[in-house]
Amino acid sequence: MTQTPEAARPLRILIAKPGLDGHDRGAKVIARALRDAGMEVIYTGLRQTPEMIAAAALQEDVDAVGLSILSGAHNTLLPRVVELLRQNGMGDVPVFAGGIIPDEDVPGLKAAGIAEVFGPGTPLSEIVQFIREHTPPRHAVGHQSSIINHQS
Amino acid sequence: MSRPSKRELARLITGIENGDPNALRTLREWYGRAGRAHIVGVTGAPGSGKSTLVAALTRLARSRGQTVAIVSVDPSSPFTGGAILGDRIRMRELFEDEGVFIRSMANRGALGGIARSTADIAVALDAAGYDLVFIETVGAGQAEVEVARVAETIVVVEAPGLGDDIQAIKAGILEIADILVVNKADREGAERTMSALQAALDLSTPSAGTAGHHGPGALRRVEAPAANAAGWRIPVLKTIATEGTGVEAVLDAIARHRQYLDQGAGAQRRAQRLEYEVTIRLRDLLLKRAMQQIEPARYRALIEACIARELHPQDAAQALLNALSREADRTPVE
Ligand code: B12
Ligand SMILES: Nc1nc2c(ncn2[C@@H]2O[C@H](COP(=O)(O)OP(=O)(O)OP(=O)(O)O)[C@@H](O)[C@H]2O)c(=O)[nH]1
Ligand SMILES: [Mg+2]
Repeated sequence: MTQTPEAARPLRILIAKPGLDGHDRGAKVIARALRDAGMEVIYTGLRQTPEMIAAAALQEDVDAVGLSILSGAHNTLLPRVVELLRQNGMGDVPVFAGGIIPDEDVPGLKAAGIAEVFGPGTPLSEIVQFIREHTPPRHAVGHQSSIINHQS
Repeated sequence: MSRPSKRELARLITGIENGDPNALRTLREWYGRAGRAHIVGVTGAPGSGKSTLVAALTRLARSRGQTVAIVSVDPSSPFTGGAILGDRIRMRELFEDEGVFIRSMANRGALGGIARSTADIAVALDAAGYDLVFIETVGAGQAEVEVARVAETIVVVEAPGLGDDIQAIKAGILEIADILVVNKADREGAERTMSALQAALDLSTPSAGTAGHHGPGALRRVEAPAANAAGWRIPVLKTIATEGTGVEAVLDAIARHRQYLDQGAGAQRRAQRLEYEVTIRLRDLLLKRAMQQIEPARYRALIEACIARELHPQDAAQALLNALSREADRTPVE
């Protein structure tokens, strides 16, 4: 009888709200959706600077960073987070975003290293799917195998 | 070895959490360097202010020149295995401090208020050179006392208005307390909670203390530590963590408790903690080995018999054990 090695483990995702707006419903909806998809979500609350977000991502060793922004300041704040992550040696960690971001700003953000932008109305399953597909392959999603998990 | 970078430390912790063999190898190499840090458990009812208090204590400890690591544990969903780890919300002003390392972790289904890997993660943070390591448990009731397995000093945080005052004073968790804090002293009823706690303390005669500095579920009950029998009076302190009021007295009490431990009481407790630690790891290894050796068909048959109520689970377990020992008699030990 063999034991499955601990290959499967939950993804760790940071959900942060950069900037000064107090709209946190979207961030909370996303955090819950990712939790319900079996991920471990580190939620840091409102009013984060890019420096705070990068520091949290580093210490928490997350697999991806999700940013929620409805203030209009996305064009400056989001690329800054990407840049700081790169400086921390976390350039391979995907950064994705959501909130109120006009379509015409999306190409610029993608050029700056944002993996994807999800506006209002995006099905949550699509977001979950995207994260699963875009996190580095070293990580698999799933439950830890229990010790009583019989496998032969 | 020089101090690891935060990136290295963070990745090591991930590896430990996931049982990655390389990380566990590194942890063993680091083990000899651990033992310097003061590991402080912070536990108490959900929402009592543990994270806020830890943040305030950390700010103060930093101003006293200490470096601080924080491990905050939140529950995993039993249905999906996912978790929302929100303790950082109360620690925002610490994120960028070079001398602070914060790690959120999910309990991944472990009972007892911490995760299975929390003890090893505390070792890693200790070895990495942090002076103080705070372990914030899952919001705890009476059974979540596993943090005593990891920490040298236990701070139990209560708050007024979390239900009935006496109800809030849970036996199990009180027994592991070295320092009691009534947080939210700005709230109605703080005085009542203070005196209820004090009364509960006065009732529990220290020498009668089966105060187990070990969690439930040990295969063998390790000797109850002298706990707070000799020389340590459990202080009951009042704080308003959101304003920093009273936090100095808590940090002072933490430091005094360390001195108390260093003057002798600590050695015995450490021995008891490690005995427990070895015992539960042995239990896990034995179970793992047993599960590898047990015939799956036989295992299923016995479970089926239990389902059909032809066999009591105790007898099923005994039958499996008997089969194992017969096996062991036949094959020499590797
Ligand atoms: C509710 C609301 C409020 C509430 C916020 C309550 C709260 N705690 O969140 C209150 C009343 C407080 C409020 C205040 C203000 N608001 Co307001 N508010 C809204 C409103 C109507 C809905 C936002 C919302 O909660 N939607 C529901 C959530 C679930 O959707 P969502 O956040 O978009 O999230 C979805 C997606 O965007 C995406 N997503 C979001 N984040 C993320 C993150 C990741 C990682 C991913 C993958 C996906 C993702 O997934 C989510 C689910 O589909 C919007 C208008 C609108 N239709 O969007 C204005 C709006 C956001 N507000 C606006 C403004 C200007 C304000 C105020 C400045 C003043 C005002 N005019 O009212 C204040 C500022 C408050 C502050 N402190 O910052 C503007 C912003 C303009 C801009 N960006 O250019 C908007 C767009 C209204 C408008 N058309 O003018 N607001
Ligand atoms: N009035 C008052 N509120 C406080 C005090 N300390 C903390 N709070 C608030 O109590 C709430 C819970 O605080 P946390 O620090 O998150 O409590 P916790 O014990 O860590 O909570 P869990 O980790 O969820 O169990 C927050 O809204 C805090 O702002 C205090 O001294 N007075
Ligand atoms: Mg907390």
